[in-house]
Amino acid sequence: MKANSTEDIQVSSTQKYNQSPFTLARKRFLKNKLALAGIVVLVIFILAALFAPLLTEHDPTKGDLMLIEKPPSADHILGTDGSGRDNFARLIYGARISLTVGFSAMLFTLIIGVVTGAVAGYYGGKVDNMIMRAADLVLALPFLVLALTIIAILEKVTVGIFVTVIAITAWPTLTRIVRGTFLSLREQEFILGARAIGANDLRIIFKHFIPNAIGPIIVNATLLMATMIIVESGLSFIGMGIPQPTPTWGNMISEAQNIRILRDHPEAWIPPGLAILLTVLAINFIGDGLRDAFDPKSNRR
Amino acid sequence: MTIKNETKEETPVLNVRNIKKYFPIKGGVFKRTVGQLKAVDDISLSINQGETLGIVGESGSGKSTLGRVILKLLDATEGTILYKDANITSMKRNQFRPYRRNMQMVFQDPFGSLNSKMSVAELVEEPLLVQTSLSKKERQAKAIEFIEKVGLRAEDRLKYPHEFSGGQRQRISIARALITNPEFVVCDEPVSALDISIQAQVLNLMKDLQEELGLTYLFIAHDLSVVKHISDRVAVMYLGKIVEIAPTSKLFQEPAHPYTQALLSSIPTLTKKKADEPAIKLKGDIPSPANPPSGCAFRTRCPFAHERCEKEVPSLAAVGTEHEVSCHLHHD
Repeated sequence: MKANSTEDIQVSSTQKYNQSPFTLARKRFLKNKLALAGIVVLVIFILAALFAPLLTEHDPTKGDLMLIEKPPSADHILGTDGSGRDNFARLIYGARISLTVGFSAMLFTLIIGVVTGAVAGYYGGKVDNMIMRAADLVLALPFLVLALTIIAILEKVTVGIFVTVIAITAWPTLTRIVRGTFLSLREQEFILGARAIGANDLRIIFKHFIPNAIGPIIVNATLLMATMIIVESGLSFIGMGIPQPTPTWGNMISEAQNIRILRDHPEAWIPPGLAILLTVLAINFIGDGLRDAFDPKSNRR
Repeated sequence: MTIKNETKEETPVLNVRNIKKYFPIKGGVFKRTVGQLKAVDDISLSINQGETLGIVGESGSGKSTLGRVILKLLDATEGTILYKDANITSMKRNQFRPYRRNMQMVFQDPFGSLNSKMSVAELVEEPLLVQTSLSKKERQAKAIEFIEKVGLRAEDRLKYPHEFSGGQRQRISIARALITNPEFVVCDEPVSALDISIQAQVLNLMKDLQEELGLTYLFIAHDLSVVKHISDRVAVMYLGKIVEIAPTSKLFQEPAHPYTQALLSSIPTLTKKKADEPAIKLKGDIPSPANPPSGCAFRTRCPFAHERCEKEVPSLAAVGTEHEVSCHLHHD
């Protein structure tokens, strides 16, 4: 990260041309210390998740019934849980699930949201009306209750199902943002200019609308990912998320529903709680950094 | 330029017949159409090869709408538009696409009319990419040619619009409009957002390019002095209608319509020559095109309005060679 930023500054001092709006946004972003800290934290978690097998030799899903609720030791540095599984292994393998769920739910929501929002904002009229009424309908449904119902009906919940359920209930927020941005862009002369040279719809959407709407889209996608991680943890905590024995931060904390563990084994639930807190905080800082980078006029302190 | 006019007079580049553009006014809970905003109301005009037709009018007179309807950026409510011999009025977007190489537009707002996320090279090459099958190298070469033609440097193509001033951005717009070698260009107030000193530069550039490339301009402006500089003929618009159309020198020397006279007397002059002429001052604002006055649209502000103006809509009729005016004072 550091090397990258110094390189940028060198390039800009020798070559004053080609300051594309994206280059400028990247520079502003790299000046934001909180956002950079967020990136560092997130990268650490991602690396831990990727190299989990190298960091621990314990299997996060297999328990040893001889080692139930053991306090930290040299072998099990965060002790073991109620089924004798290694807490540290569960923590870093849990990062895989939590980050995957957060990222893929965000990506899925992003695709639905951008496509529906773009179509609604670009074409307007009846299509717009249909999409926005559908969005209103989904927004009117209580998200948590809907998610709980679907999960309860399906019984066996996999990561794929879980992500889908979250995405099909969370897209309207993004649709509204994208549509709003498109509507305001539609009135700008450069869009008319693109029509005047004979550009087709696809080109106008991808070359003229999306690059100018990318700021709000990226910012909201980032913040969405943080929300998704919290949603996953929350649902897993009440036992309606990814089922055991798959490790997630949420169902690690759910162990602490047991008063004995809550009181006597803080090493079992504080680390996953901290992991959630740090990840969400890091992502939110990145999101704020991106917002300032893409829209320097807003909110300058 | 006059020679060109005489030789090609029979085939105007653009021939607009009785064009109308009404915008529905929606109201009420169910968004019913409760009225019509007559932005362009029955306009006919033709423009010859190599000619510049100036269109002047206050804001709200429908001049920009007219330009957009001609380029089919808006659909006409009624009337026909002939480009050379082709009737482009009812063409579908895909049918009309090839014509866009020949009919281009320069926009008013130098800040809003360029996509700020694209470099100058991308902006200038885009029309070629959309309209032609030239290779990347050929497009680049052509872009450099036109960037230099409008008075920018070839290196500038690596920059982005935010690195340029308003006048330079307008030059980029012009390069973008001209790169496909169009014959006809609608200039929608191309200099009204610029400083006076820059205005003259850009106008001269447009004039030079017209001579070099044999362009035909429809030049929209709200300022008669700008139009005087560049136009062969001038049409004055008021509330969606042409009230007077004449060759530039004639319009400036013998304006026939009271509105034209008022506009002319409002041009500030440095010489005292005009001081003895009575200045006509217009009262109030242009009426809403959603609810235009009966009879002559100008009668509410006309110092010579009489009974007939209230009842009868005047029509455009000749008062001299190539000079037409729509006013009851001149027609009995």
